[in-house]
Amino acid sequence: MKKLFKLILILSFFSLISAQTFAAEKVDYLKTDWSFKGLFGKFDRAALQRGYQVYTEVCASCHSMKYLSYRNLSEEGGPEFSEAAAKAIAASFEVTDGPNADGEMFTRPGKLSDKFVMPYDNVKAAQAANGGAYPPDMSVLVKARGGGVDYIYSLLQGYQDPPSGVTLDDGVYYNKYMYGNKIRMAAPLSDGIVEYGDGTNASVEQMSKDVTTFLMWAAEPHLEARHQMGFKAIVYLIILTILVYFSMKKIWSRVESEV
Amino acid sequence: MSDHDYQPKSKVGQWFNDRLPLLTLANHLTDYPTPKNLNYWWTFGGILTFCLITQIITGLTLAMHYIAHADMAFESVEHIMRDVNYGWLIRYIHANGASMFFLAVYIHIFRSLFYGSYKAPREIIWIIGIVIYLLMMAAAFMGYVLPWGQMSFWGATVITNLFSAIPLVGEGIVTWLWGGYSVDNPTLTRFFTLHYLIPFLIAGLVILHIWALHVPGNNNPVGIDIKKPSKDTVPFHPYIVIKDGFALLMFMIVFAFFVFYTPNILGHADNYIEANPMVTPAHIVPEWYLLPFYAILRSVPDKLLGVIAMLSAILILAALPWLDTSKIRSAVFRPLYKQFYWILVADVLILGYMGAMPAEGLYLLIARVATAYYFLHFLVILPVLGFKERTLPVPLSITEPILGGSPNLEAAKHTESKIK
Repeated sequence: MKKLFKLILILSFFSLISAQTFAAEKVDYLKTDWSFKGLFGKFDRAALQRGYQVYTEVCASCHSMKYLSYRNLSEEGGPEFSEAAAKAIAASFEVTDGPNADGEMFTRPGKLSDKFVMPYDNVKAAQAANGGAYPPDMSVLVKARGGGVDYIYSLLQGYQDPPSGVTLDDGVYYNKYMYGNKIRMAAPLSDGIVEYGDGTNASVEQMSKDVTTFLMWAAEPHLEARHQMGFKAIVYLIILTILVYFSMKKIWSRVESEV
Repeated sequence: MSDHDYQPKSKVGQWFNDRLPLLTLANHLTDYPTPKNLNYWWTFGGILTFCLITQIITGLTLAMHYIAHADMAFESVEHIMRDVNYGWLIRYIHANGASMFFLAVYIHIFRSLFYGSYKAPREIIWIIGIVIYLLMMAAAFMGYVLPWGQMSFWGATVITNLFSAIPLVGEGIVTWLWGGYSVDNPTLTRFFTLHYLIPFLIAGLVILHIWALHVPGNNNPVGIDIKKPSKDTVPFHPYIVIKDGFALLMFMIVFAFFVFYTPNILGHADNYIEANPMVTPAHIVPEWYLLPFYAILRSVPDKLLGVIAMLSAILILAALPWLDTSKIRSAVFRPLYKQFYWILVADVLILGYMGAMPAEGLYLLIARVATAYYFLHFLVILPVLGFKERTLPVPLSITEPILGGSPNLEAAKHTESKIK
């Protein structure tokens, strides 16, 4: 009886967590193997580099990524472009700087320390250019959506013709995985829309996976360090726990009592 | 050895101790006679102390980098996550630490309920504990507002709006709390100030909590008064220290798993969207540890009565020592109470689940029944049970049940069977 209750207790606790996490309607997202999941999960370096290419050539025309800097592209645990490559990427963007000694603003090529250049000056400009819809900043997008990477991955491949009976306004599209199925973004990916430097076939599925991996890194740039430290910390704690357990047994053996 | 007999060995120690008896205090804490039959449910007091210290240390570090301004708070949190050395670690420990703190405090509270630790002579310990719990909820709520995400903003809006239910002055109070006509920068800065202050209030109350505990000493699973020091007790150090340490390490393994492998599972995705007063999230949900009370709030159709019900649900606990009329402390010897205890545990978990669900249809109905039962338990079942329940014979000392077959226990059993 007691054990049963304990079991119910534990199950309820976890159902409580999951109830909150997936409070929205349950949807079966498309599944794929993410290299960054699991105890030792790491990013697939090539996928991150391809993902950056998809982001910069496709997404970045509307979506900002304002919390990232160009230097992040060459940092450990990320796409790990060489510093020269990251510098070249930064320099390919025009950055507004100033004011200079004459009090004028001026533009210059980007540097590693610059934040990613935003496609629009402000939210209003972004809305005006996108029929009133604001393309969300992508820095933490993966963490800001209930389904996380699976949701983004599915959404990118979820464009369909609307089922009969569903009418769509101008500039609204049907997406199987979008909340309410109506989305203001046209299908961003189509086969071959980017040309990968490493010869990988740029199918919609491949690009979805690559860019989602990139977005995951953008949202959690220290994920690899976290996994590595986590494993060490937990192994350390387990060993220490075992040692303390035996010390405790030894100490308590002096009294007639159980621990 | 009694505290008064203590004399430091060194001359310097004596000189110091005569002026400030810190060494006497240290000696008292080391020698403090503790029942030797305490089980692992008793280790959560130490675990909670660890949680408080962890939250204060990580919180101080975060405060060095966080900017309490409506335009910069969200960005400063991302700065911590990305550019501050190990900022991600500190923030994830702090955020998950809040959940761990509540997990531990709920176990601590329900341990007290099971073993009757709130009963005489420990009422003051219990009431201080309830105040600590209330302050914890306030601190956690305000802490959740600081990242200035969507859930922060809208959670703050919903909770502060509860005060508008107060007749006549409600609206004025809400404006006063906000420092304006909506949740905005003044609200954020004052929440930050209070979030910084409350942990130190809690720390002070924890000292009182422990002080009050050290007067009568620990309750124990058998729930009887014991002689101290005696065969039934062990000195706090090293026996309890090592046992608490062992339990703490087990707890830390779970804690570490959350921090390193699922750091965001206990939070809400919407809080990674910067606060936007123009867009309301589909579901506004508090953190998991507040869900049972949220369910009670929503299950009452009237706003004012809902707020009163929610507050009563917490404050009723303070009256518990007088609502429970049973002379027997431990549920081990209260067969009926034991069953009602587990029903209450299930009831609170059901309330928590309903708090996460939309307040409509079957969910709302179940939440209402569970709310009614919650109050029924404390206001009717507990007082009546104390008079009606046939309790089991209680041993005269702790040593007895451990060694077994003591004459006292046998005698008690014998009398019991005769009565039957």
